Amino acid sequence: MSYSITEPSNRQKWIAGGLVIAYAILTLLPLAWIIATGFKTPADAIAYPPKVLFTPSLEGYVNLFTSRSRVTPEDLAALGPPTTWYDEIVRQYGMVITGASRYGERFLNSVIIGFGSTFLSVFLGTIAAYAFSRFKVPLKDDLLFFILSTRMMPPIAVAIPIFLMYRQLGLSDTHLGMILLYTAVNLSLSVWLLKGFIDEIPIEYEEAALIDGYTRFQAFYKVVLPQAATGIASTAIFCLIFAWNEYAFAVLLTSGTAQTAPPFIPTIIGAGGKDWPAVAAGATLFLLPIMVFTILLRKHLLRGITFGAVRK
Amino acid sequence: MPDPFQRVAAATPPKLAHQIRGLSDRTIAWLFVAPTIFLLLAVNIFPLLWTIRLSLTNFRTNRPNNAVEWVGIENYRKILTNPDTWASLQATAHFLIWTITLQVLIGFTLAYLINKKFRSNDLWTTLIVLPMMLSPAVVGNFWTFLYQPQIGLFNYFIAFLTGADPASFSMIGEVALAPWAIIIVDTWMWTPFVMLICLAGLRSIPPSIYEAAECDRASKWRQFWTITLPMALPFLMLAVLFRGIENFKMFDLVVQLTGGGPGATTQLTSIDLKREAFEKWRTGYASAYAVILFVTVFGLASIYVKALNKVKDR
Repeated sequence: MSYSITEPSNRQKWIAGGLVIAYAILTLLPLAWIIATGFKTPADAIAYPPKVLFTPSLEGYVNLFTSRSRVTPEDLAALGPPTTWYDEIVRQYGMVITGASRYGERFLNSVIIGFGSTFLSVFLGTIAAYAFSRFKVPLKDDLLFFILSTRMMPPIAVAIPIFLMYRQLGLSDTHLGMILLYTAVNLSLSVWLLKGFIDEIPIEYEEAALIDGYTRFQAFYKVVLPQAATGIASTAIFCLIFAWNEYAFAVLLTSGTAQTAPPFIPTIIGAGGKDWPAVAAGATLFLLPIMVFTILLRKHLLRGITFGAVRK
Repeated sequence: MPDPFQRVAAATPPKLAHQIRGLSDRTIAWLFVAPTIFLLLAVNIFPLLWTIRLSLTNFRTNRPNNAVEWVGIENYRKILTNPDTWASLQATAHFLIWTITLQVLIGFTLAYLINKKFRSNDLWTTLIVLPMMLSPAVVGNFWTFLYQPQIGLFNYFIAFLTGADPASFSMIGEVALAPWAIIIVDTWMWTPFVMLICLAGLRSIPPSIYEAAECDRASKWRQFWTITLPMALPFLMLAVLFRGIENFKMFDLVVQLTGGGPGATTQLTSIDLKREAFEKWRTGYASAYAVILFVTVFGLASIYVKALNKVKDR
């Protein structure tokens, strides 16, 4: 067996790999359980012992997207045979579909507010980070520290005056209000991360461009922006994940029109108690995009987490 | 935004254009920084000042027509003498100490193992990181299902390991177990964060140091205590700082898991604050509470950062 001083031996690698994989499997069980529960019938979901093997059913997803009401067996018989597969599922329980549930709207709100605030915080963050990185801004260090310290406030503490302010301004429960709020929360992270990325771009590139007759703006968006593209993209993912997952502000400041999915999903209930397959279905659809994102973009994401934290 | 400047620059003779370009650096700097500062002032600093103002009054949001009176530091006195405050601070301290201890131990161990560079370790790292990327409220809500007596997967798992009856205990329903229920979920969710920071620390140690130690015949054990741990310590302390601040603010996960119950066993300060502000609507009192919490986090964090910088400089 070859031996190197710093390289761990094969046996060490096997043991380390085995332990890490065991931990990974254990830690992924709850997530696998969410996905599995979404495809169970309510009876299978609460079976004892917990069912690992089961016949998949789309009941959870049907219940997630529809609102239903119970009808008498006579009325049900008078309706004639079910016309669609989802009608069929619902009618087994003596119910009919009365319309769409609010899940779709809430999901859409999450998309609008998530992407809106991400765009704004990355846009504002990029230009501010560029200025902090390249120009002599008076009180630069104080401003940067101030930007960072805004993240130490507990969200509930900030929510009290924001709640009053938004009520005065008519911003409560609006998309704009939530977008501005999430932008402000994300800006600190965005400025700090992007300043780090822009600091890494050699200033000579811009100087060359300026000498070639570019204006500052041209140098900024023709030279600096393309160079910072990866950094901007990973910052955007962080902002999006924060806005997508945020709960405290959403639950306090929105109730209807602009409510996002995180405060909504826990409130999903079925006939006679919590409809766990529907909750799990809603959670799966909401969490899956982030899981896929994380796995696909792992290099940038993991680097961003440590980079952002270690710099601060 | 660039258009007017470009047009001005294009329309002016070269010398003047150069001057504008030279001058505009400062303008650009302000133009670029101003929106960020403005937004943070409007959404962070103005509200903070307003909170301080409110904390000196008896204002109640649900009684807007009541006369608002200045009560001085009365709210602060009430909070600091209220046993509920101390109970929630104690619950928070218990939560903080245990989550940080567990996350540091497990997170550092995982980072140490991953740093052995076994095959496809980056894929497994990513899979381990998944929980921390997800919405704490949505995941926390689902954990109440895993914690159900009898049918819950967690209870089944524990029963399988210990032979206890899975219906005999309720993680979120019992006073003795609820604080541990939230610690377990938080540790499950955030250990990967500590792991990533530690991994960055371990990877920053140059291999040449180990080579030198190996030449000096230092044992692996000795190498760990005199090289690995001290050099990774600043990173470890940083991870503790972030987890500390985040868990001091903890709200979403615990609200969904236990709602502060049973009784007030898991009523962390954020949840206590939310009750005062948005259920009892004692806005003045809650504002004073918010100020106290902010000062506490800020103070503790500053002291900690000083200690951290000392370790870094060593």
